[in-house]
This record gives sequence, C-alpha cells and structure tokens, in this order.
Amino acid sequence: MSTTEIDRQWTTRLRKRATGKLPPEKLLPDTQPIYVSSWIYVFGVATLAALIVVIGTGVILAIRGPLWWHQSFIGHFVNSLHLWSVEIFFFAMIVHLWGKFFMGAWRGGRQLTWMTGVVTFVASIVTGLTGYVSQTNFDSQWISTQAKDGINATGGGAYFNVLNFGQMLMWHIVLLPIAAVVLTGLHVLMVRIKGVVPPYEDEKKVA
Amino acid sequence: MSWLGSIINLDGYGHYLHWHFILVSVGNLIVVSLMVLTFLGALFLPFPGKGRRKENR
Repeated sequence: MSTTEIDRQWTTRLRKRATGKLPPEKLLPDTQPIYVSSWIYVFGVATLAALIVVIGTGVILAIRGPLWWHQSFIGHFVNSLHLWSVEIFFFAMIVHLWGKFFMGAWRGGRQLTWMTGVVTFVASIVTGLTGYVSQTNFDSQWISTQAKDGINATGGGAYFNVLNFGQMLMWHIVLLPIAAVVLTGLHVLMVRIKGVVPPYEDEKKVA
Repeated sequence: MSWLGSIINLDGYGHYLHWHFILVSVGNLIVVSLMVLTFLGALFLPFPGKGRRKENR
C-alpha cells in the first residue's frame, strides 16, 4: 500500500485529527495553570468522583435486584450508597455550576464545554427522577403519581409515562446512564481541548 | 445503624417554611444553605500548597 493510500484511509485521518486536537500531554497534563490552585476548581472532579460511585453502586443494584436492596442488610447499604452518592453528585455539580457561571466559563471559545455541561445537568435530573420512581416502594408511587401531572401538562406523557415502571427502569438503568456518561466524557474532553477557563483578570495574559 | 435514626426522627411529616410565594421544605433549605456555605468556602478558604505549584499556562 502506498503512502498516499495510507494517508487517505479513514483510520489515518481520524488518528491525525484526534492527536492534532488532543495530543497525549494535553489529555493527561503534568501541570495545571496557577489559578487552578483554588477550592472552586475541585468541584468538577468531585462531581466526576461521585458519578463513578453512582455508576458502580448502580451496577451492583442492577445485578442483585429489588428484593435484595429492600430486604438484606448489604442491599440496604448499597442502596444507601447509591442514594447518597447521587446527593453528593448533585451537590458538587451545583457548586461547580455556580463557580463556572460567575467565572463566565463559556469565554475563549468554550461554548461547547458550557453547553455539554448544561445538557449533562438536564440529563442527570431526568436520571434522578427515573431513579426515584424505580425504587419500588411507597415513595416511588407517590413521586410518580405527582410527576405524571406535571409531565402530562407538557404533553410529554404519551412518550414518557412515569407510571410505566418498566419504561422508567429501562430509562434509568440503560438510556440515561449512557447519555450521562457520554455527555460527561464529551464535557471532560472539551475541558482538556480548550483548557480550564482563566479568571477574568488573567484572560488577557493567557490570550 | 439504628442509632442514626435516634438522632433525627425522620419518620413523620415534613416541615415547610412559607413566605409569600416562597415555599421550601426545611430539608431542602438546609441543603441549599450548605451548598451556599460550601461555595463561599471554596472561594475564600486557602488552597493547600498553592505557593509550591508550578505554573503552566
């Protein structure tokens, strides 16, 4: 195969494009800018750490099923870990959101970083709701019967029926986790490509 | 874990604060207050090892 032919292959073009946009030293950097030495920059990674625990405990709950998480001591424990890691996930994500909002984190061509964060936030809220209605207890019955009125008022009830347990469980353990993980991955990649947003006073120095 | 339940009795009706159009449960208000405190702490508390870090712009 000639060099020209190799250069025209989609694998070659994709590799060159990917490594050009995101070389390994940019993907996993050794150092960070000095302004990252602040607690406010910790909450993005804290959200990511909480997400890993959410996914891990969710996988265990999916393997063992509702009887296990309702009736056994370890099941209760893993169920509680799943709930509290979600609480920490949203807690850290909101503080991350406030920090990035007041930094104007969409500056310097970082619009896509901001928007992938926004969409991930919305996807996480829907994942949280479908989780609450998948608990198989009185709490989930109460939440689903309340939520149905709100969703029916938007006209979305025909497609997204919170009273349909099977549909809610599938959304919660298949579709939405895939969406949340893919969006989070894109968000982190965008942060790596564009770098962490500098404070307003450092913007001109960095540019 | 039963000792934890004896600290705060969660087996009852929720408490709500109502002021004009604002209606918030005490539990949600505590969480929001903690988030605001964490946010302020993140802005103003010193970050360990800040002086030692290498700059990479």
